Amino acid sequence: MSQRVRLGISLSLGLMGLLLGPAFAQDKELVIGMQCDRTGATQIVGTTLCPAYHDYVALVNSKGGVEGYKIKVIEIDNEYKVPPAMEAHERFKMEGAVIDSVYGTPQIAALNKKLEEDKILGTSPGFGTAAAADGKKYPYTFPIAASYWSQGAAAVKFAKDKLGGSLKGKKIAYLYYDNPAGKEPIAVLEDLAASEGFELRTFAVPAPGVEMAAQALDITGRFKPDFVITHLFGRSPSVSIKELKGKGFPLSKVVALVWGSAEADINAAGGFGTAEGYSCMQFAGVGHEYPVITQINAMYKAQGKEPPKEQANSVIYNRGVFQAAIHLEAIRNAIKAKGGGKPTGEEVKSGMEQIKDFTLDGLVPPLNITPEDHEGGGWVQIWTVKGGKFEKATEWFQAYRDVVKKHITATN
Amino acid sequence: MLHRESGVFKTSYAADMALYPLPIARWTVAAVLVIFAVVLPLSLHEYYLSIINLVLIAIVGALGLNILVGYTGQISVGHAAFMSVGAYTAANLAVHLHLPFWVTLPAGGLMAALIGAIVGIPSLRIKGLYLAIATLASQLIIEWVINHTPAISGGAQASIEVPRPTVFGVELKSQGELYFFLLAFAVAAVIATLNIVRSRIGRAFVAIRDQDIAAEIIGINIFRYKLLSFAISSFYAGVCGVLYTYYFGIANYEAFQIVVSIDYLAMIIIGGLGSVLGSIFGAIFVTMLPIAIRILVETFGGYFWDTAALSAVAASMRLIIFGLLIIIFLVLEPEGLNRLWRNIRNYFRVWPFSY
Repeated sequence: MSQRVRLGISLSLGLMGLLLGPAFAQDKELVIGMQCDRTGATQIVGTTLCPAYHDYVALVNSKGGVEGYKIKVIEIDNEYKVPPAMEAHERFKMEGAVIDSVYGTPQIAALNKKLEEDKILGTSPGFGTAAAADGKKYPYTFPIAASYWSQGAAAVKFAKDKLGGSLKGKKIAYLYYDNPAGKEPIAVLEDLAASEGFELRTFAVPAPGVEMAAQALDITGRFKPDFVITHLFGRSPSVSIKELKGKGFPLSKVVALVWGSAEADINAAGGFGTAEGYSCMQFAGVGHEYPVITQINAMYKAQGKEPPKEQANSVIYNRGVFQAAIHLEAIRNAIKAKGGGKPTGEEVKSGMEQIKDFTLDGLVPPLNITPEDHEGGGWVQIWTVKGGKFEKATEWFQAYRDVVKKHITATN
Repeated sequence: MLHRESGVFKTSYAADMALYPLPIARWTVAAVLVIFAVVLPLSLHEYYLSIINLVLIAIVGALGLNILVGYTGQISVGHAAFMSVGAYTAANLAVHLHLPFWVTLPAGGLMAALIGAIVGIPSLRIKGLYLAIATLASQLIIEWVINHTPAISGGAQASIEVPRPTVFGVELKSQGELYFFLLAFAVAAVIATLNIVRSRIGRAFVAIRDQDIAAEIIGINIFRYKLLSFAISSFYAGVCGVLYTYYFGIANYEAFQIVVSIDYLAMIIIGGLGSVLGSIFGAIFVTMLPIAIRILVETFGGYFWDTAALSAVAASMRLIIFGLLIIIFLVLEPEGLNRLWRNIRNYFRVWPFSY
């Protein structure tokens, strides 16, 4: 019985703590709610992305915060499930958060409406529906990174440049994970196939995506494409590298969209030596050669600690930094617009819509977020595995904006 | 509830068949209803209501699964798929035909019941683990069909946005408003289940669970009642899916994947198979415990870890403690929380005289 009593006491104490918590919020403090997936289906991303987010916020706080305001981040692990995402959002709202950093495609879909009703902006970098780029239809949803439509278009442009400037009569294979996110770029690819004159064939990989020998054989043996675009998640990108290479397909003719492009994927495929020539798309910079990463490491050093081990997976780590940097920049714009006053969620949303030429020395693309375009232009970079590491293959670029825009207008 | 039966005499069949034969039980149920309908929504912050809302939806789904698994003894790991059937049926009707929720909600339930009855056909020949695999297949088939049929899924994103439900011209948007909406359906589901399980149908289900050959010999039409059980269970699942759809404002099959089926199985096993109260306990336990653990770790973890490390610790601790508590509760009482509650009640029934 005493055990039960003790459990009851500690539970009620915890609840009391939560009830009293918001009362202690300070004037010069702004709250950001961050949803994360450290234990669910995409923990491979979350366990690196979220520490990076905290690191950047800690760095800014250590330098006095954003325009004098300290940033407090409340993290909630939504396990990549939808009901906890709703619970997390309500918690953030109660704590007075000005940004809800949503994580996960079904989660942002379920929260779109709530974000708008509660006037708290939510971001979905690298996931979520591409149509959410339309700021008129989804006023409080910000993809902030290139959507799958923009990524598909950019992949075609990359293939075009690699194949000598014309795709007429060429064959492109699209190898994708068979879920809504995987299927999303097909509409854009089909349009481009018609206008650029290439033949497109799609190859679906069913969940969980670790078995694609048949698709790889189909691609290399039957279809014999000039270029392959892959759009896979989780463990499947590494499988695709192994399978395509194993079937003798040159990896220099493969480009992966953003979730097949982390160091972890390359290492799981057998290391950088195996994946030589493999190209992948990024919406944030890669590697440690950025001043902000140096500053984060200096901050750790000042505390007598080693640089965070998550940095080994720099692709995902830098995406966390990117996400945090954009959020804080939106808050900075909002505070400035209010002349130093404490901004509301609505004002932070306007701040987000003013983000322009904020590049963090190259780690962040030259986004231009406007009330109409919440995607910021659909900028990507392509990095290629060369000599044991990622090497930049292109600068920030956008592709076929007219086609992407046409699809956004048609959907909404 | 905590009460004693002595001194209560039944003088009519109606009194004997009442859901709550004791006056004190009726009073406690009424008091609980008042707490839920008046006290909680007025006193709790919206955040806590949002948690209760998730519990209310889960109760509907757990009750449905308990009818099938707990009362009829047929295992199903495709419960989430039936939710998605209900969700997409309702969403399509709401968006394309602009029907209100009081049409789309039963329609979603009925469509799920139909599909559920079809999926239940293998149960006529196979049992136990084999049936689990057959229903697992149905989960995957339904997911695949929704994913690949734009007519159902509404395009490549496979999500359909639905308008908020309206009652008498009032749009239900906030957690407080949705609370009453969901509470009404959860209460209806509880009352319906209580009545189903004590009716002829419910008794037939229990007979099939306990010994299906014996049940057939005493004249229960196994074919009919097994499929009926699947249909009723799927109807609940469909309604649960529709409630999710209206609550989130979107139908999206990625919210109804196999893990969700497992979650619901966990609810009824922890709560207690074959009991209405157990389904409610299970829904509360599985939905609220992770949140409670996280709040605890957040509150007290500050003494042991710094803030940055705490987030990582909290996520892992939640999983570890949650798993541990499930094991502890099941070791303590293998028949679930409902049995635990009954033990406590029986203890106090004769307290302080133990014999």
